[in-house]
Amino acid sequence: MPKLLRLLGGATVTAILGFILLPALVVTLAAFNSRAILSFPPESWSWRWFVKAIAYDDFQAGVRNGLIVTAWASSIALVVGAAFAFALDRYEFRLKRTLETILLSPLVVPHFTIGLGFLILAAQLGFARGYSVIVACHVVLVLPFVLRSVYISLRNLDPRLELAAASLGASPGRVLITVTLPLLLPGLVSGWLFAAILSFNEFTASLFVTVQRTQTLPVALYNYVREYADPSMAAISVMYIVATATVLTLANAFLGLAKVLNVEHAR
Amino acid sequence: MAPAVLCALGFAAALAAVMQYSLRAYVPGSLEAGGFTLANFAALIRPLYARVFLDTVWICFLTASFTLIVGYPLAYALVHARNVALKSAILVIAVTPLFLGEVVRTYSWIVVLGNNGFLNSMLLKLGLIDAPMQFMFTEFGVITALVHVTLPVMVIMLAAALSHIDRDYERAAASLGAGPIRVFLTVTLPLSTPGIIAGVTTAFAWTFSAFATPQLIGGGRVNMVANLVYQLGFASFNFPFAASLSVAGLILTFAVLALMRAAASPLERIRQH
Repeated sequence: MPKLLRLLGGATVTAILGFILLPALVVTLAAFNSRAILSFPPESWSWRWFVKAIAYDDFQAGVRNGLIVTAWASSIALVVGAAFAFALDRYEFRLKRTLETILLSPLVVPHFTIGLGFLILAAQLGFARGYSVIVACHVVLVLPFVLRSVYISLRNLDPRLELAAASLGASPGRVLITVTLPLLLPGLVSGWLFAAILSFNEFTASLFVTVQRTQTLPVALYNYVREYADPSMAAISVMYIVATATVLTLANAFLGLAKVLNVEHAR
Repeated sequence: MAPAVLCALGFAAALAAVMQYSLRAYVPGSLEAGGFTLANFAALIRPLYARVFLDTVWICFLTASFTLIVGYPLAYALVHARNVALKSAILVIAVTPLFLGEVVRTYSWIVVLGNNGFLNSMLLKLGLIDAPMQFMFTEFGVITALVHVTLPVMVIMLAAALSHIDRDYERAAASLGAGPIRVFLTVTLPLSTPGIIAGVTTAFAWTFSAFATPQLIGGGRVNMVANLVYQLGFASFNFPFAASLSVAGLILTFAVLALMRAAASPLERIRQH
């Protein structure tokens, strides 16, 4: 009986993993198909769609704009989020819960509402729709992830280590730099990584706050899918999937993804 | 501290801007909004818009339910896998889609579900169907893609809850003679309710927020609130009405989340003992 259960469970999990992987595998097949029309399995293979996708102006501009926005947004979110997580963990202050609720709520507030909000706000304050509005919008959107990641590593930190350093005569600043920050490093790095990946991929809110000149890669991709049907899009999807899976596998190897996501057994 | 306050203020100001706009009159042909009015909210009750709201909630509900059903076994396997390599593989496969972005994933599903896409080609080749089946522009297609989109976050939340269950409870039940199914139903499942609630509410909110999937796979035939907001804003430049739809959406989201929390609180109380 337990053996049968195990077998059944294994089959179920395999089927679910198959469901998750299916689109990625299918899109890879489509990307290497030499003809412009989909056919499964492809009759002949080629790299031409990859060449075309890399050479496409809108995609190049999208990557550039995306990197600018991501670099700013994830770095700002890291500093703000880490400082706030620290305050949240260590100190009591007025409006603590309110502030926490507001900063975590972008997790459940629809992205189109946030995008529309920043669009209207920028228009009312007379800002041009440049990078600053997109960056501000992205900081708000990715902040909850940084907050969570840093907060979890703060919780897992053994306070005795800081006490030991302090009792041996280290000043609070020195304790922070030589003990606390190094111990938090995995949490900080993974928080920043999460923020960067999510910002680079953010689409719905970006659609509202970008214009043709500042469009990020997902917006450029969306416009492409609406107008053309050739497999360049499949090619760029494959590059995306490979890059993301590589980053995550490395992150898992070096940072321990399970710990960062808080899905590991406590004991 | 100060930067965090600034971020909170910026976000609050953006939401306030939406609310303020939702109460302004639409001046056709102009981007400026007119005077204050409640007309936008009155217009929401019209059957056309009420229908989109109902459809959206229904799609969100179905998506959240299916995501839970599909996500639970995976989260369970992730937490209980003993082999380290297997565990890492499950984790990376389950989490990667989260970081691929809505557009790439939606496009991939178009390639799978399209009329000469993968699924139809395979079914035709196997002789199971004679003509391509219509998956695109259907609720089925949209929900399949949406389940795929929300699955990673569901798995993360369920796994977080499952991993914090003290294994001794399960061992105790087993040592008292409960079979594996009974242990799961009477110990593991009830103890994982916080994760189920967190997962379902987040899946609901994310689906509500989805735009590219219903837009590209629904192709105008499956409309959700997000699509309507975008259409009103960028096709007819009726920002005040788009804003009032967003506010209504926001209220609805919070109402549903509050309802789920309330429904779950008796369960929480049992768990405390």
